[in-house]
Amino acid sequence: MPNLLRESLHKRQTVLDASFRNLTRIAAFSVLALLAAIIASLVVGSMPAIHAFGFGFITSPEWDPVNDQYGALIPIVGTLITSGIALLIAIPVSLGIAIFLTELSPGWLRRPLGIAIELLAGIPSIIYGMWGLFVFAPLFADHVEPWLNDHIGTWPFIGPFFSGPPMGIGMLTAGIILAIMVIPFIASVMRDVFDVVPTMLKESAYGLGATTWEVMMNIVLPYTKIGVVGGIMLGLGRALGETMAVTFVIGNAHELSQSLLMPGNSISSALANEFAEAVGELYTSSLIELGLILFFITFVVLSLARLMLHKLQKREGHGA
Amino acid sequence: MFDLYLRRRIINSIGLGVSVLAMLFGLFWLGWILWTLLEHGLPGLGMHVFTQTTPPPGSSGGLINAIFGSVMMVVIATFIGTPIGILAGTYLAEFGQRGWLAPVTRFINDVLLSAPSIVIGLFVYEIYVVKVGHFSGWGGTLALSILVIPVVIRTTENMLRLIPNSLREAAAALGTPQWKIINFVTLRAARAGILTGVLLAVARISGETAPLLFTALNNQFWSTNMNQPMANLPVVIFQFAMSPYADWQSLAWAGALLITMSVLTLNIVARILFRQNPNSH
Repeated sequence: MPNLLRESLHKRQTVLDASFRNLTRIAAFSVLALLAAIIASLVVGSMPAIHAFGFGFITSPEWDPVNDQYGALIPIVGTLITSGIALLIAIPVSLGIAIFLTELSPGWLRRPLGIAIELLAGIPSIIYGMWGLFVFAPLFADHVEPWLNDHIGTWPFIGPFFSGPPMGIGMLTAGIILAIMVIPFIASVMRDVFDVVPTMLKESAYGLGATTWEVMMNIVLPYTKIGVVGGIMLGLGRALGETMAVTFVIGNAHELSQSLLMPGNSISSALANEFAEAVGELYTSSLIELGLILFFITFVVLSLARLMLHKLQKREGHGA
Repeated sequence: MFDLYLRRRIINSIGLGVSVLAMLFGLFWLGWILWTLLEHGLPGLGMHVFTQTTPPPGSSGGLINAIFGSVMMVVIATFIGTPIGILAGTYLAEFGQRGWLAPVTRFINDVLLSAPSIVIGLFVYEIYVVKVGHFSGWGGTLALSILVIPVVIRTTENMLRLIPNSLREAAAALGTPQWKIINFVTLRAARAGILTGVLLAVARISGETAPLLFTALNNQFWSTNMNQPMANLPVVIFQFAMSPYADWQSLAWAGALLITMSVLTLNIVARILFRQNPNSH
């Protein structure tokens, strides 16, 4: 009798084990299903626009709700330009912050400063937007943009990018605010990958008389190159999809102008501004296709970022 | 010889000096933004914010309906997203050694972690709002819960991986079935870390505006009906800040201060609760 009882107990536990394992498996699978559902719903939603405009949607600069003609060129270019500006500023600053946090900071300051930088990432993007529109843009228009106009605006080649009416809002402002927003992401990845460099390597270099700067540039950066690039791509992914901060300051003009001081538009801010009020199937569907394009771009960028970071992790596993 | 050393030392000082400046540059923006919030938000912050509903332009009012809506949506979204996230994270850490599902899920999850939240809004609009025919609090909740899942999965997996294998082996040696080992030993040991992840997820969705714009939309009146458009702080802030009315803008600043302070407090509490950063890459 006791044997039978034990057996049934054992069987019950086996069943419970299997069902628990399957439960977790279903949860894990739901992530994949979620991705598939997102892509499928965006593709289905943008079908009318794809049928109406075909491939020309991506290359057409026209955006005319009155005549139902839509093209994605201006928002795509705006998204790429603002993110590009953001990276130009954020990369050197993040590198500096990561170097400071790993090599220079006194031990007791490292943690509070690390948290402070991460808090910068915690501030909701709508707050960046309000601050950008009400505080930063007016200052930028009064003090920085006239200076840019007078000095850089007269240079050959790059001059036209920096000349224009000092309005405060525009692509350059959006890019700068995006830079502030992605600095914490890039800096914290850089700090984390700098930390995986074997101490032995660094100390060998110090032992040969290398300066801190030389150790960073000739030992740490080459060792972590792929992780650093991965962190930058991660920041780029964030910048491309950032919505509210850009919406406040980019100006939302469907125009393509050479000057970075002029208002433009980005994919996400076009969505934020127009989607809830869009009427007509083609208008809505064109906006959804914009969303699909945005999702595709960020997906590629973020995948590359993850692959690079993964590669570094793998090497770390083998090297140590 | 001397010149070479001097040059290297100078380059070193310049490089390190620039690093210090970069650090100050980062802190400078944090300080400036927080200062702006206090400067513009504190004057508008009073009891009326917590007792009155959002006003029409030109009259006084508060934010109580928006605060209520935000809290409802964030809490429910957290309760929907957390169990799924913990289960999936458990799969990745405990059962994911073999097969294709775990590596693929891990990869996709890491991508979804930073995917643009406005696209999630579009997705929920397509699958829920269009089908139901109107904007609603449930739509917003659904969008937010989708944002919770990746954060919780990542933290849960990281935290479970920190649990030493000897703990699992000790339990297994006592004849404990695996579901009990995971539920009562490993998950329990990782409790603090997982809670940190949940708090960070709550902090993240509390400030999200983009996914709510075309799901929950907004509601000018007091409403507890989740099946109707629902007021929420981020969208109210967006709408009021973009308006030309001074009353509305001052309420927007008060709301902005409230939301930032709660998000930053959550972040700090989460980090104090668990000293190691659970979201490290």
